This record gives sequence, C-alpha cells and structure tokens, in this order.
Amino acid sequence: MSVLWEVFVRPRRGLAHAHVGSLHAADAETALRNARDVYTRRSEGVSLWVVPASMITASSPDEQDSFFEPAGDKVYRHPTFYEVPDAVDQM
Amino acid sequence: MTTFEQVIEDLGRVEPRDAMPDDYRATLIRQIAQHAHSEIIGMQPEGAWITRAPSLRRKAILLAKVQDEAGHGLYLYAAAETLGVDRADLLDALHTGRQKYSSIFNYPSLTWADVGTIGWLVDGAAIVNQVPLCRCSYGPYARAMVRICKEESFHQRQGFESLHALSHGTPEQHAMAQDALDRWWWPALMMFGPPDSASPNSERSTAWGIKRFSNDTLRQRFVDMTVPQAAVLGLRIPDDDLAWNEERGSWDFGEVDFAELAEVVAGRGPCNAERIAHKVRADAEGAWVREAADAYAASGGAR
Repeated sequence: MSVLWEVFVRPRRGLAHAHVGSLHAADAETALRNARDVYTRRSEGVSLWVVPASMITASSPDEQDSFFEPAGDKVYRHPTFYEVPDAVDQM
Repeated sequence: MTTFEQVIEDLGRVEPRDAMPDDYRATLIRQIAQHAHSEIIGMQPEGAWITRAPSLRRKAILLAKVQDEAGHGLYLYAAAETLGVDRADLLDALHTGRQKYSSIFNYPSLTWADVGTIGWLVDGAAIVNQVPLCRCSYGPYARAMVRICKEESFHQRQGFESLHALSHGTPEQHAMAQDALDRWWWPALMMFGPPDSASPNSERSTAWGIKRFSNDTLRQRFVDMTVPQAAVLGLRIPDDDLAWNEERGSWDFGEVDFAELAEVVAGRGPCNAERIAHKVRADAEGAWVREAADAYAASGGAR
C-alpha cells in the first residue's frame, strides 16, 4: 500500500537537510526516486532523505507554551544578558 | 496559547496541527484541491503537442514544462493532505465532477501557436493569481506556492519566446499567432473568476488571509502587464474597447462574458467531457504500475 513519506533535501554540501514536502510511494527506493523527480528538478539538492511520515514523533501545538516554557525565563543563556565594560572592545 | 484569530490578525501562518475553524479547513481543502486538479488537467492541452513540437529544442522545453505541471499538482496534493484528506478521495472527487479545476483547460489547443499562447497568457495569468498566495495564511499552501511561482516564470517566458518566433515569422505563422491570441484572450481574463460583485466567498477568504486581492484587481493587473507585451509581439488584442485611461493609469477593457465562464464551470465548455475522460482513462491504465509497486514493496523487495 502506498504510504506518505516526508522529504528532506540538502541544498549543497555544508548545509543541513531541510524539510521540503511529502509524497506517496510504495517503498523507500521508489520514494527516493520520486523525491528526486518532484523536489529536485532544478538541481535544488545534492542529497535526499525520505522518511515514512508515520515514523515522525512531533510535539503538539496545543502544548507549545508549556512544552517550551522552561527556556522562557533563562535569559542568562544569551550573551546580551551580560554587561561588558566599554573598555572591552570586542567580546 | 496562540489562537487561530491571533495568528490571522498578526498575518502569521497557520500550520497543519493547529486548531482552526472547520470552515477555514474546508475552504482550503476545496481551493488547494481545485488548484492541484488544475495543474494535472492543465497538462493535457499542451501535452497533446509534445509529439508534434516543431524542433527538438521546443520538444525538450515542452516536456520539461508539462513535467513541472505534474510536479505542481503533486506539491499541492501534498499540501491538501496536511489538512487531513486522502489523496485518493480528492482524485475521486475530480473524476466524478464533485470538485472543479480551472475553466481555462476546457478550451482546445488547435495549433502550435496555442502552446506558446498558453505559456504566455495562461501561465502569465496564473502567476498574477499565484504570487499573492505565497503569503497565504496556511503555511503548507504558501510554501508550495513559493516553489510553484519560481517555476512558472520559465513557463511564461518559453511561451512568449515561442509566440514571438511565430509572430515575427512568415505571414502564415503570424496569422496563426494572431488566431491563437484571438481565441485565448477572453478565456484568460476569465481565469480571475467572477466579478467582485458576484464573488460570494471572497470576503471571508480575504478575512482569513487566504485571498489578498480581489478578482477584479488581479484581472486589471494582468491586463496592464499584458497589453505592452502584445505590442512587442506585434499582435492585436481582440478587444475594441481596450484604451489607455490616463486618469486611472490603467487600461480600460471590454466586458468579460461571465455567462460563458458560468457555462464552462458548469461543465458545458468545449472540452470538459474530453478532459475528464482522458484523466480517468490515464488513471485506469496506470493502475497496474501502482499495483506492481505495492506488490514489490509487500514482498520486501524480493524478486
């Protein structure tokens, strides 16, 4: 049975694979070929990943606030939290 | 928690698993599916000319263009599926007439000049319609439109170049180009839909950030862009009322026959039956390929 695959493309060496869309295919090899034809007709990539959509575990948008809340009150994780004397030119 | 209303108000993007009103979801499914169907049916008028292209260069270009249309259909079906519909159901809705596709593809492509004219006018009108959709409030649709718009530019240019070669060719070739423009001009203007005064769903779609400009605004934009291009081609736009309006800084143009548009949308255009019959036949004739792929996958790749 044809299943849904998520497609990830590495645009060029040195960059990470990024999600570009999805497609249907019966097996992984066909999914890869279809991904090439659907998402890289103009040399948009040098590497492709296809992943069965059912294998992805995602965070829920309903819980977005509570899920990501722990990072919200830790401004000291950012360099701009700290004051540096003017005498220090670059840091 | 960010609500749907806040996202829309902030001109943000709604993503697949977000809560959204049922009507918003239904409107998007209908619009994206209709858009996908248009890309797929849109392969037919030009696909008919692949074997008859006048040179290897034109044939390679036309093949690439028609392949792009298939790709656009696939991006859009994938975007529709993020809203919880099944692709097989959408195709069934197309095959049985429960969902529509753009009325423009129900006109025949009679000569080679039609292929260039379709690229220039039909893809040109599609670009005017589609560019604002790149900022549509539904993320997957907007992202698909960004990809599509990048590729449409090639479609329009190759059409213009092809038509330019004909309009500057022999008198017979010029006449063929003029004849194609005469037949496609008004149907191209109909691609922007009914006039604003008779477009019942526009207001809600605008409020939801799905639609950014009115049908008449986009139609005028297309006319203003296209009139100077026709002059470069040396072809006459078949509209006696076409005149530059200094005050508006726009071209005035004649009355679009919206009764004809309604007829074609209702299924009574020149090629409606032929287009769907061809699509249903292609689907049936390709069934064995899908079944073979499923059987191969089920066997775990054993030969």
